[in-house]
Amino acid sequence: MATTITMPQLGETVTEGTVERWLKQPGESVEKYEAFVEVSTDKVNSEVPAPVTGTLREILVQEGTTVATGTAIAIIEEVGAVPAASAAKAAAPGSGASATEPPKTREAMAASANLEPVPGFNLPEMPVQHAGNGHARVAPPDASSETALRGVSPAVRKLAREHRIDVRSIRGTGANGRVTAQDVLAAASAGASAPAAAPPAKPAAAPPLKPGTSTYGEPIPGTLIPLTSARRIIAERMVESKHTAPHAWSMVEVDVTNVWKWRAREKDAFERATGYKLTLLPFFIRAVVESLAGFPLMNARFTADGILVERDVNIGIAIGLPTNLVVPVVKGADKLSIKGLAIASGELIDKARRNKLSADDLQGGTFTVNNNGANGSYASAPIINGGQAGIVTMETVVKKPVVTADEAIAVRSMMNVCLSLDHRVVDGYVASGFLADLKKRLEAMGPSGIL
Amino acid sequence: MSKTETQVRKPLERHGLSDDQLKAIFRNMLLQRQLDNRGFQLNRQGKVPFALGSEGHEALQAGAAMAFERGKDILAPYYRDLGLAIGIGLDPYEIMLSIFARAEDHNGGRQFPNHYSSKRAGLMSFSSILAAHIPHAVGAAYALKYRGESGRAVLVTCGDGTTSEGEWHESMNFAAIHKLPLVMLVENNQWAISTPLSMQMAEPNIYKRAEGYGMPGEQFDGFDPIVSYAAVKRAMDRARSGGGPSIVEGVCYRFLAHSTDDNDMTYRTKDEVSEHRKHDPVPLFESVLLDAGVVSAAEIDAMKKDVLRETNEATDKAEAMPYPEASDLYENVYEGAWQPWQ
Amino acid sequence: MAVASGSQTMNNVEAVRATLYEAMKSDDRTVIIGEDVGNRGNVFLITKDFIKEFGPQRVIDTPIAEASIVGIAVGMAMEGLRPIAEIQFADFIYPAFNQIVGEAAKTRYRSNGEYTCPLVIRTPYGGGVRGALSHSVSIEALFYHVPGLKIVAPAFPADVKGLLNAAIDDPDPVLFLEHKKTYRLIKGEVPDGHYTIPIGKADVKKTGTQLTVVSYGLYVHWALEAANALEQEGLSVEVIDLRSIRPMDRTAILQSVRKTRKLLIIHEDNKFGGIGAEISAMVAEEALFDLDAPIRRLAAPDVPAMGYALPLEEEYMSSPAEMADSMREMVKF
Repeated sequence: MATTITMPQLGETVTEGTVERWLKQPGESVEKYEAFVEVSTDKVNSEVPAPVTGTLREILVQEGTTVATGTAIAIIEEVGAVPAASAAKAAAPGSGASATEPPKTREAMAASANLEPVPGFNLPEMPVQHAGNGHARVAPPDASSETALRGVSPAVRKLAREHRIDVRSIRGTGANGRVTAQDVLAAASAGASAPAAAPPAKPAAAPPLKPGTSTYGEPIPGTLIPLTSARRIIAERMVESKHTAPHAWSMVEVDVTNVWKWRAREKDAFERATGYKLTLLPFFIRAVVESLAGFPLMNARFTADGILVERDVNIGIAIGLPTNLVVPVVKGADKLSIKGLAIASGELIDKARRNKLSADDLQGGTFTVNNNGANGSYASAPIINGGQAGIVTMETVVKKPVVTADEAIAVRSMMNVCLSLDHRVVDGYVASGFLADLKKRLEAMGPSGIL
Repeated sequence: MSKTETQVRKPLERHGLSDDQLKAIFRNMLLQRQLDNRGFQLNRQGKVPFALGSEGHEALQAGAAMAFERGKDILAPYYRDLGLAIGIGLDPYEIMLSIFARAEDHNGGRQFPNHYSSKRAGLMSFSSILAAHIPHAVGAAYALKYRGESGRAVLVTCGDGTTSEGEWHESMNFAAIHKLPLVMLVENNQWAISTPLSMQMAEPNIYKRAEGYGMPGEQFDGFDPIVSYAAVKRAMDRARSGGGPSIVEGVCYRFLAHSTDDNDMTYRTKDEVSEHRKHDPVPLFESVLLDAGVVSAAEIDAMKKDVLRETNEATDKAEAMPYPEASDLYENVYEGAWQPWQ
Repeated sequence: MAVASGSQTMNNVEAVRATLYEAMKSDDRTVIIGEDVGNRGNVFLITKDFIKEFGPQRVIDTPIAEASIVGIAVGMAMEGLRPIAEIQFADFIYPAFNQIVGEAAKTRYRSNGEYTCPLVIRTPYGGGVRGALSHSVSIEALFYHVPGLKIVAPAFPADVKGLLNAAIDDPDPVLFLEHKKTYRLIKGEVPDGHYTIPIGKADVKKTGTQLTVVSYGLYVHWALEAANALEQEGLSVEVIDLRSIRPMDRTAILQSVRKTRKLLIIHEDNKFGGIGAEISAMVAEEALFDLDAPIRRLAAPDVPAMGYALPLEEEYMSSPAEMADSMREMVKF
């Protein structure tokens, strides 16, 4: 068997060598490890020992010639081997006498950890699939409607926005169907809703967005309304409240006939004197603050260090506006008479409608009241506001036949009062006690009395 | 006429020093002590956060400074060399600017106090890293020799602790191989923060290492300014004239703790310190000069008052100067304005 | 000074040698200091016979003491010489860390400009030469963090000359990294005469439209090999040779990324904490909305060094084929 000898690498950075002198001639025998040629580089001079025992069959490079390392320079025929056709086996460059090096596969080299998540470094990554050889690949974003936007790159988002193209309407040519920046640019020049651009996933192609035409105040079906900061904040606060406080709910039915009469008697003079309307709200708030005095846990909040029983009684009034929900606060509500509450709440409602509430108006609430009944609601389960222990509603006043104490039937004005409570702070015992007390006070108000 | 003037004057081995030079040495010692103390006073007043003292080194440094040739030699000191700094020509005002970290300071208020830098005086900039400056001194000495500048030498100083650093050894070795114009002045005050000499080295006589490097070595009494002068002068003359480097070791004592951040009573006794205080070089040299009739008591008194005046003026002037601006932080990272990202 | 008339073909080792020679000839303040630089002429023969022409005072054979090789050079620089210190292999530089990072880098800053340190530290780095644990490391990540230093790593002979001249002229300390495998492997045309390339400027060695590859040192050459192979497949990859690690050419990087929208950083050093991390952070900060794919880094795994055995060296390093695979994947993403 013929063994090809190549120019060895004599030094770390050497890339070529010169054949100085052949110590054997073709036909001469040579032992394994016997020097058979002298080569030189500008760093090192060396005698090269034969790798096998046999006969020097052929010299391929003449003395004085410089060749790159790894170039074939001679052929030795091994002793006892069947002579084969001379085949110059070109070894990989830089491997020297590579006949004895273990083979290395491209797969083995490719199976490197270079694209693996780096140990000790927590970077949220796109989902990674591992091919059989360990070579990590990045999984494509799911092209379904819900996740399509989630998997979209910043460049694609930006370009889609700039060119007013719905990403879901584009057929992606990237890995596993990903929409690439090039795809968006191509779609932009071709036209946004070409029929050929059908997405592979199930949702029908949504019509192109016309930003600026659909608002919260005037929503148009089939459109996406951009979030204002107000809506974003409301969303965040609602989620936070519901996710933090375990909401429980209770309701009582209150006979407001007498307090309603009281209100009716006073309302015109009040409006003339103050300019504000006299609704049932200030009467309600008055009853609430009195009940809170007897049930201070309803005027509290849950903290990690304990249940903070508030000293002040600051009643927030939930006011729904066309595109916004605000809760301005009547500070020190327990110190105000019904008239004072009416004026304070009237001012706040007026400011809210004129969008003139200050940050201070909106801060410091300890309990919240919501006059839901103005819209005809019969019962509601409000979401607790700002980490407070509870929120109470006044529902609509309905004239109904009720059974009186002496078992007669009378027509009375009945109003449901609903309470959502934070079950970490109060339980049924306190909450129903509070509601019962509130009912009693409301039913005891009017028809005569001083505001 | 005072009693001392009628007494027989004690003979004094002056090593060639004139009366004026002796007085200058003494004044340097007084000024060092005064400025040193001022730093601590300001610290106790809450005006400066840090002070580092050099009490015990006055004789050694004043003597060495007298052997230094201004305008020619180069000094590569360490942070306890207040006496050498003023001895080679730094102004008390410059010292106080450093203590107050004012913008006008040579280092723009960037360095700890006592880390002087003055191209004018030939004082090489250095960091707090012990022994890091010694190869620099060797490199500077090489430059002097390379340019054929005879008559110039580098005086590099360090404490006993620094001689343990690898870079100290590497520097001595190189300096000796190339016979550089360098004098390694070791100010052996016998303490390296809390490490006494006995734990710093097995052979307490540092000068003996010189033989191992193939150069001369000498030890002298660091509490005696004249002897200090003589030893350093011998070594500097040798270096300046092409005789190569040497190690001169002045033995003194560190009377104070390492700095205001150190409490030395946690590792040594008051008795030990007070025993060494008996050899305090400042009052010692005062009586030597008085006894030798070089100065009168009145002159000394006037000198002390003048030193105090000079210190006070320097303190007030420096204190009145402004801090560097916040924007000064960004200057002099490289030549010209710079960002790592272009 | 020679007038630039033509050019010569030379490899990287010759480019270093020729540049150093001209620097020694033209400025008396230039000295070379390091181990075996004088009588041996450097272990790669870079300064062969310099000592005969310039003398032992200018070509200084030091004791084996890396800290003081740099420290003494710092002192020389502070005192007006223009020293070029050599650390025989980058793997030996660690004892000099204090002098480089704590002293050289801070000399101008701590003295507020009164003292400066115009120093060049040259050292061969990098693997692929069966150098194993102590003759193969990359060190740029250890030093590029340090303000006050400059670091360059040219890969082509013309760049070697221009940047070495710039480093020698620079008034601040420059770490000049020479990839030892490129010493004899890489040949190129080098213009005659004295010229400098500004430190801090990268070079687009191949333009492309679908992917930006940033690399330096030996890997630039392999990245080009891979990019050229991909060109045959119809894929267009742009290859930027950083040339300068600190300061780094963010303008060139951002310009390219904004065009291709995809970035692959390839370096020989370990991935974790390698300079690719800084490039990634910068691009994410400045060009997030231009990116159409996550920034990727192809770099060495988190092991201390490449081994002596060939499979260990090859596993540590990234071959042109691996580079091509990564490039292809990113283009097609």
